[in-house]
Amino acid sequence: MAGEGTYYVPEQSKLPIFASLGLFLTVFGAGSWINGGSPTTFVVGFGVMAIVLWCWFSIVITENMAGLNDAQLKRSYVWGMGWFIFSEVMFFAAFFGALYYIRHISLPELGGDNTTNQILWSGFTEVWPLMTTPDMAVNGANAKVLGPDINMSVTTAESIFTWLPFWNTTVLLTSSVTVHFAHTALKNHNKKGFNLWLGITVALGIIFLFLQAAEYIHAYDENLKINTGVYGTTFFMLTGFHGAHVTLGTFMLLVMWLRSVLKGHFKHEDCFGFEAASWYWHFVDVVWVGLFIFVYILG
Amino acid sequence: MAHGPAKGFTRWLYTTNHKDIGSMYLWFSFAMFLLGGVFALVIRAELFEPGLQIVEPGFFNQMTTMHGLVMVFGAVMPAFVGLANWMIPMMVGAPDMALPRMNNWSFWILPFAFAMMVSTLFMEGGGPNFGWTFYAPLSTTYAPPSVTFFIFAVHIMGASSIMGSINIIATILNMRAPGMTLMKMPLFVWTWLITAYLLIAVMPVLAGVVTMMLMDIHFGTSFFDAAGGGDPVLFQHVFWFFGHPEVYIMILPAFGIVSAIIPTFARKPLFGYSSMVYATASIAFLSFIVWAHHMFTVGMPIAGELFFMYATMLIAVPTGVKVFNWVTTMFRGSMTFETPMLFSIAFVILFTIGGFSGLMLAIAPADFQYHDTYFVVAHFHYVLVPGAIFSITAGVYYWLPKWCGNMYNETMGKLQFWLAFIGLNLTFFPMHFVGLAGMQRRVPDYNQFFADFNMLSSMGAFLFGAAQILLLYNVISTIMGGKKATDEVWENPEGLEWTVASPAPYHTFSTPPEVK
Repeated sequence: MAGEGTYYVPEQSKLPIFASLGLFLTVFGAGSWINGGSPTTFVVGFGVMAIVLWCWFSIVITENMAGLNDAQLKRSYVWGMGWFIFSEVMFFAAFFGALYYIRHISLPELGGDNTTNQILWSGFTEVWPLMTTPDMAVNGANAKVLGPDINMSVTTAESIFTWLPFWNTTVLLTSSVTVHFAHTALKNHNKKGFNLWLGITVALGIIFLFLQAAEYIHAYDENLKINTGVYGTTFFMLTGFHGAHVTLGTFMLLVMWLRSVLKGHFKHEDCFGFEAASWYWHFVDVVWVGLFIFVYILG
Repeated sequence: MAHGPAKGFTRWLYTTNHKDIGSMYLWFSFAMFLLGGVFALVIRAELFEPGLQIVEPGFFNQMTTMHGLVMVFGAVMPAFVGLANWMIPMMVGAPDMALPRMNNWSFWILPFAFAMMVSTLFMEGGGPNFGWTFYAPLSTTYAPPSVTFFIFAVHIMGASSIMGSINIIATILNMRAPGMTLMKMPLFVWTWLITAYLLIAVMPVLAGVVTMMLMDIHFGTSFFDAAGGGDPVLFQHVFWFFGHPEVYIMILPAFGIVSAIIPTFARKPLFGYSSMVYATASIAFLSFIVWAHHMFTVGMPIAGELFFMYATMLIAVPTGVKVFNWVTTMFRGSMTFETPMLFSIAFVILFTIGGFSGLMLAIAPADFQYHDTYFVVAHFHYVLVPGAIFSITAGVYYWLPKWCGNMYNETMGKLQFWLAFIGLNLTFFPMHFVGLAGMQRRVPDYNQFFADFNMLSSMGAFLFGAAQILLLYNVISTIMGGKKATDEVWENPEGLEWTVASPAPYHTFSTPPEVK
C-alpha cells in the first residue's frame, strides 16, 4: 500500500467521453436494429468504440514505456483485471444457475404428478435433454415451441473419441498449458520461446472456434436451434457466450503476440498486458470445463 | 499536476479529477432525484382521491415503473458513488482514484443510459410499464417494444457500476497512505469497500437476467416460457439474487455516512468501531442468501420458506449491532443538533422503523397477507427515504463546507429537515395502515375506504418534494458565497479530509500523508 515514487494521475482525457458516446451508439443501434430498424447506428457505434479502445490502449502502453507507471499503479491494473474477471464469472453464474433451476426445479414441476401438470401440461414427462417440449406434449401438431431433433450429449463411452466436444476440450485445455509455457519462457528471458508458445496458443484458440462453428452447423442442420425449447436455449446461450469470450480472449492474445513479434514489447518483469490476457484465457478455459461437465457430460 | 482545473465546459467532459467527477455524479443524481420525484408526484396526485382523475392507468404503470428505476439507478446509487469519489481518496490519503480515466467513463455512461431509458416514455407503445422489478412475462411477452431500449440501458448502467466498483476497490486496497491500516479506515470507506464487492457480484447477474429477457423477446428462447420448458419464476429468482444485495448497496454507504456524522456532533468517538466493520460484512454476506423472501407467495417448498424466513430475520442481528452502536455513541455525548446531525438522528430512528416492518414482512405466513400491499411500499420507503436519501442529504450538508469552502445556511438547513421529516412521515406512515387493510400497490384506483389516508399521503409527498427545493437553493447559495468555513469546519472532527484546506484544493495528497 505504501507509495513508492509518485502515483501517475493522467491529465485530462478525451477518451472517456468518446467511449461513452461509442457505447451509447452501439447499444442504441443494437436496440433499433433488433426492433426492426437499420443496423447503421450499431455499426457506427461499434466503429467508434473500436477506435477509442485502440487509442486508449496505445496511450496506456506509451505511458508505461515512458516509465510513468510505478509499481503501485501497476497493482491498480492487476486489481482491476482481477475483479473484472470476477464480474464475468458472476455473469456466467447467472446462466449456469438458470440451467440448474430448469433441470432440477422447473422441469420436474412441469412433468411431475401435481395439479400444474394435470391442468396445464398433461402428457408432458420430464426428460433431459428435453426433446419434447410441454407445448408439443399438450398441443401436438399445433405446438408453437418445437423441440430439437438431436442433442449434443455423448451417447456411449466408446464413441467419445469421435465426439467433437471431447476434442474441443482437449484443444482448450492444451491452450491453457501453452499460454503458461509462454509465460514461463518470458520469465526466463526466452523471447523466442514466448513468441512460439503464444503463437501456438492463438492457433489453438482459432482451431477451437472453428470446431465450435462446425458443432453449431451440425446442430442447426439437425434442427437443434436456439428456439427449440429450453434445451436449445441453455445449450446455445451457455456455449454461445463462452464462444464470444473465447473470441475476445483469442483476439487479446493475438494482439499481445503481434505486439511482441512486431514491436518487441514485453520484458520478463514488464508484461502486464500479456499476463492480463492470459488470466482471461485461463478463465474462459475454466468456464469451458464447467460447460463440458454440465452441458455435455451430464447433459 | 500542480495546476488547478481546466477552463471552460470541456473541463467536465475530459476531467480525470475525482472531485470533478464526484461533483458531476452528485449533480446528476440530484437531477434524477427531481425527475423521479416528479414521477412520484404524478402517482400521488392520481391517488389523492379514489377513481381515475389525472392519468390513464397505462401511464400510471409507466410512472410507478420509471419512478422506481430512476430513483434506484439514477438517484441513490450515483449519489453514493459521487460521495465515494469525493471522499474516499481524501479519507485514505490518496492523490486521486486508482484509475482516473475509467472513473470519468463510469460517470459519462450514465447520462446516455438515462437519456435512452427516459426517452422510452415517448416511444410508440410507451415506456416500461411492468414495475421496477420487471417480472416476466409482463416484461417479455406483454411488454411494449421500447423494452429493448430499457434492457440495453440496464446493460450499460451495469457496466458503469462495475467499472466504478473496480475503481473504488483498487483505490481502497492499493492507494492508502502509509500507516492507514484497514482497521484505521473511516467506516464510510469500509462500507463502500464492501458495497463495491456486492456491486461486482450482482450487477453481472442483472445483466444476465435482462439478456435472458432480450433473448426470450426477440430470439425465441424459453427461459421464462413454460411452453418450452422454462419458468417465469426463474426470472424472479435471478432478479432477486441481484435485487436483494442491491437494496444493501443502497444502504451500506449510508451506514458509513451516519457513522462519520454522529461521533462528530456527539463529540465522542464512534462506539464499537470493529463491530461496525464486522456487522457490515455480515449484512453483506447474508444479503446473498435471503433473496427468495421477496417471493414467499409464488410457491416454494416449505423448507425453502423456512430457510429464507430465518436467514432474513438473522439480518436483524448485525443491523441491531449498528443501531445500538449509534445510540451508544450518542449516550452521554455533548450533543449539538446541526442539520447533518438532525438528518442522522432521524435516520437512526426512522430506519429502525423500516427495519421492524421488514421483520414483519420476513415472517413467511404473515407475508402472505402483506404481499403486494401498501405495507410493502411503506416498508421499503421507510428504509430508502430516511435511510438512503436522508443519509445522502446529511452527508452533503456535512461535507459541503469542505467542498466549497463556505458554510451553508443553518436555519434553512434545519427548516428543510423539519419539512422533509414531517413530509416523509405524513406520506409513508399512513401507508402501513392502508396496506394492512388490504390496499394493493401499483393500482391507480382504490376503495373509498382508503380515501382519507391516501389524501394525507399525497399532501405529505408534495411537502417532501417542496423541501428538496430548499436543499437545492441552499447548496447553490453556499457554492456562490457565504460565511467562510475553517479547515476543520466542525469541532474536532475525525478524518484526513479535515486536515486539508477548505475548500479542498483541486489536488490533495500528491504526496501521501503519514497516518499514525
